[in-house]
Amino acid sequence: MAETSSSFTIPVGHQPSGGAEKAPPPVVLVESKKGKSVNLGDLVFQGSTAFFAFLVFALVFLMAYEMFRGSTLSIEKFGWSFLWREVWDPVQDEYGALVFIFGTLVSSVLALIIALPLSIGVAVFLSELAPRWLEKPVSFLIELLAAIPSIVYGLWGVFVLVPWLRISVEPVLSKNLKILPLFRGAPYGFGMLAAGIILAIMILPIITSISRDVLKAIPTAQREAALALGATRWETTRIVLSDARSGILGATLLGLGRAIGETMAVTMVIGNRPEISASLLAPGYTMASVIANEFTEATSDMYISSLIEIALILFAVTVLLNAAARLIVWGVTKKFKNA
Amino acid sequence: MTIALLLLVASLVFGEAALAQMKLNGAGATFPYVIYSKWFDVYSKKSGVEFNYQSIGSGGGIKQVTEGTVDFGASDAFLSDGQMSAIKEKQGSDVIHIPTVMGAVVLSYNLPAAGKDLRLSPDVLAGIYLGQITNWNDSKIAAINPGKNLPDQAIIVAHRSDGSGTTNIFTDYLTKVSKTWAVNIGKGPSVNWPVGLGGKGNEGVAGLIKQSEGAIGYVELAYAVQNSLAYALLQNKAGHFILPSFDAVSAAAASISGSMPADFRVMITDADGKDSYPISGFTWLLIYKDMKDKSKAQEIVKFLKWAITDGQSFAKDLYYAPLPETVAKLCLKKIDTITTN
Amino acid sequence: MKQDFSTFHYWRKSKSAFTTFLCFLSGLIAIVPLFLIFFYSLSQGIGAINLDFFTQMPKPVGESGGGMANAIVGTAILIGLGALFGLPISLFTGIYLAEHKHGAFASVVRFLTDVLSGIPSIVVGVVAYIIVVLPMKHFSALAGGVALGILMIPTATRTTEEMLLLVPQSIREAGLALGIARWKVTLRVILPTALRGITTGILLALARAAGETAPLLFTALGNRFWSTEIGQPIASLSVFIYDYAKAPFADWNRQAWAAAFVLIFFITILNVIFRFVTRGRYAGNGH
Repeated sequence: MAETSSSFTIPVGHQPSGGAEKAPPPVVLVESKKGKSVNLGDLVFQGSTAFFAFLVFALVFLMAYEMFRGSTLSIEKFGWSFLWREVWDPVQDEYGALVFIFGTLVSSVLALIIALPLSIGVAVFLSELAPRWLEKPVSFLIELLAAIPSIVYGLWGVFVLVPWLRISVEPVLSKNLKILPLFRGAPYGFGMLAAGIILAIMILPIITSISRDVLKAIPTAQREAALALGATRWETTRIVLSDARSGILGATLLGLGRAIGETMAVTMVIGNRPEISASLLAPGYTMASVIANEFTEATSDMYISSLIEIALILFAVTVLLNAAARLIVWGVTKKFKNA
Repeated sequence: MTIALLLLVASLVFGEAALAQMKLNGAGATFPYVIYSKWFDVYSKKSGVEFNYQSIGSGGGIKQVTEGTVDFGASDAFLSDGQMSAIKEKQGSDVIHIPTVMGAVVLSYNLPAAGKDLRLSPDVLAGIYLGQITNWNDSKIAAINPGKNLPDQAIIVAHRSDGSGTTNIFTDYLTKVSKTWAVNIGKGPSVNWPVGLGGKGNEGVAGLIKQSEGAIGYVELAYAVQNSLAYALLQNKAGHFILPSFDAVSAAAASISGSMPADFRVMITDADGKDSYPISGFTWLLIYKDMKDKSKAQEIVKFLKWAITDGQSFAKDLYYAPLPETVAKLCLKKIDTITTN
Repeated sequence: MKQDFSTFHYWRKSKSAFTTFLCFLSGLIAIVPLFLIFFYSLSQGIGAINLDFFTQMPKPVGESGGGMANAIVGTAILIGLGALFGLPISLFTGIYLAEHKHGAFASVVRFLTDVLSGIPSIVVGVVAYIIVVLPMKHFSALAGGVALGILMIPTATRTTEEMLLLVPQSIREAGLALGIARWKVTLRVILPTALRGITTGILLALARAAGETAPLLFTALGNRFWSTEIGQPIASLSVFIYDYAKAPFADWNRQAWAAAFVLIFFITILNVIFRFVTRGRYAGNGH
């Protein structure tokens, strides 16, 4: 487990343990020369750090295992059909995750549609256009947005966003755009639209900061070359953006992962209605929300097993998304670091 | 890190000291939470025993009692035979229902234009919750509210998103008065609502109503009053429009007081009697008959006896109806069957 | 032809100016919600932030007044427990990762740590329920602490690793050259050098844990009384905000805003401190 040892030329007489080395040729300083007690210390230290690292490694698998074990009942009863059953009936003990998968997907995709253009705009602004004195504080403010707890977003959503939607936005939408099934229904205020907007605000920082980092990692030579050829600022940026494509994709996946797992803010504004609807104005339900709302009161074993299975689905989806995203981002920054 | 360690030590120290003071945990119905929180506050000052009650809904209360994660539960939906045997199996003890108060499930609404004293009939109510009546100026609503200003506004229906005893009482009533409802939806702590937004707990539904103009929802009377929400008069079996009040609830209970079952599991919705409020109900505390911790059992018995006697005096101020005399007497007898040694 | 070139040139230039403007606008739009949230929590909560808020216990339902003293202590205890479970693992793993920059196992662990950071907090809560609440047959602060500890691990580990890596190699080499054992160099020389950054990073992780709500809903549950026992349910600021926000009582709503403001305030302060500390660090170690 010893790392590569450093090589030094050590003049005779400076070796602490009165080593036998008297020869002038360079001596390789190796731990074992230092004596047994130190060897033990190193071993213990390396061992304990490795042990804890292993704990982290094991933790992820432990979590998956426990959730798997907890959901055996519903897995046995419903099998794969759990993923596309639309029923959620605690009275009859019949469960299916489709409604929640739909709700999670729609709210997250809506959030992405709103956030992605904005995020890229901000990332470009921060990495290409802003002067240094502006870039640092704005970056900081955006990261602050990421630090605000979900529950505070939820609070703001309930008392500011939802009333605004219900009074000013949704009546206008439902009256004028009635022909589109997307905007039909009573203006509850609560619903998919509110959830999408709040999620967009929450994932904007993460997509922005990673995109900005990726953009910054692209060597200035690219930009200089474009400018030298007479490109305008925007055209240069477009070229840089296309280079950063995969990195931005990774950032998007990470943002999507965050949106999918978001609980409190969504639960407070989505209306908690287990129903699939084509309208953005309709209330809905996400996987995370149903767990938050119904976990403490799942009366039957099948009920709680189904909820744990939904948690397992969430776990699997976010792990996959995150793994893919990290691999992509890691690949991109590595490529440009070595370029 | 040091701070964390210090806190941990402090908490352990306090923990040791606190053991000397008895603490019990309970969870369940939000329906009676207004009076329970008052009772537990008053009682803890009086006796030093702390009852920590988490208002998570009747469904949650039943669940926690079944899992044994609490010392007692609360629910306005009484346990089915199946649920009771499940508890017997998992916890090794029978569970008994002790009714504590009665309450009214009122239809609260947010419609400033219409003012107070909106009238609802069973048909109209079922129609609203079935999604058949979608606007406040519907002719059916106007027919029973002559002279009222009903605006052209969408009805925002609110219901419970969690397993709820209040829902149980409400849907029990709807099943009795609407065949369509009985056939298509049914009753229970959790149902497949045809329309509406879900709020968590009585508090959540009241919050929804308060924040959304045009909303209507069902909540316990105390929640409507404490939040200055308007609530409707409901037409009862005898045909009269009754304003919910603790007297109207007591009238509903009077109709069954002679025939109270021994285990106290009874619904009093759609009761006979010209003054009865149709959506009334008991609420129960779910107590283990044979608790493993006998000192806790003793404290619970003491509290229950206080609640059934002195505690009843708080009911009317908080808009709950106190238990009828006959029922209270039966309760005290039942409390004596809890093993305390 | 010269004319064509000019118009086309103007078109390109104006397109560039327009898109630059759009990017600038996005930047503005992105920060607006931040200020809105800050402004609202301050204006709504300021009336409720008084001495009572910090020292009083909650009052029964519907009665106005009271405070969140038990929730503030509860949150402190919960993040203390979380730190107890999560920080040792994070510190040692961070050290391991910094020591083995290119190791295969280290890469795997690093990767899994990142994956762990993406797992929704509610899922962590479910796991904590299964492994602590069910065996204990009890909701408890302990279960909440376990959930928060797991949530802290990714951030704290990454911060530790990054701060350690910021320490220049020359210091390590100097220590080794002096004949100090490898593990002593790490523990006694490098770690203390990076300590300021690590501490602030950990404080940041703690602050984030303080804002967590979802995992506490069915682990620590909640408590309207004063409780400091780890084996019992315990109140927390975040769950209180959730309960009070849903409630119809205006007084409770105000208290929820006040609690939100307290949380945001501390998180912001810690973020600023973290920025300040790490900037100094980075500038001083330009290598």
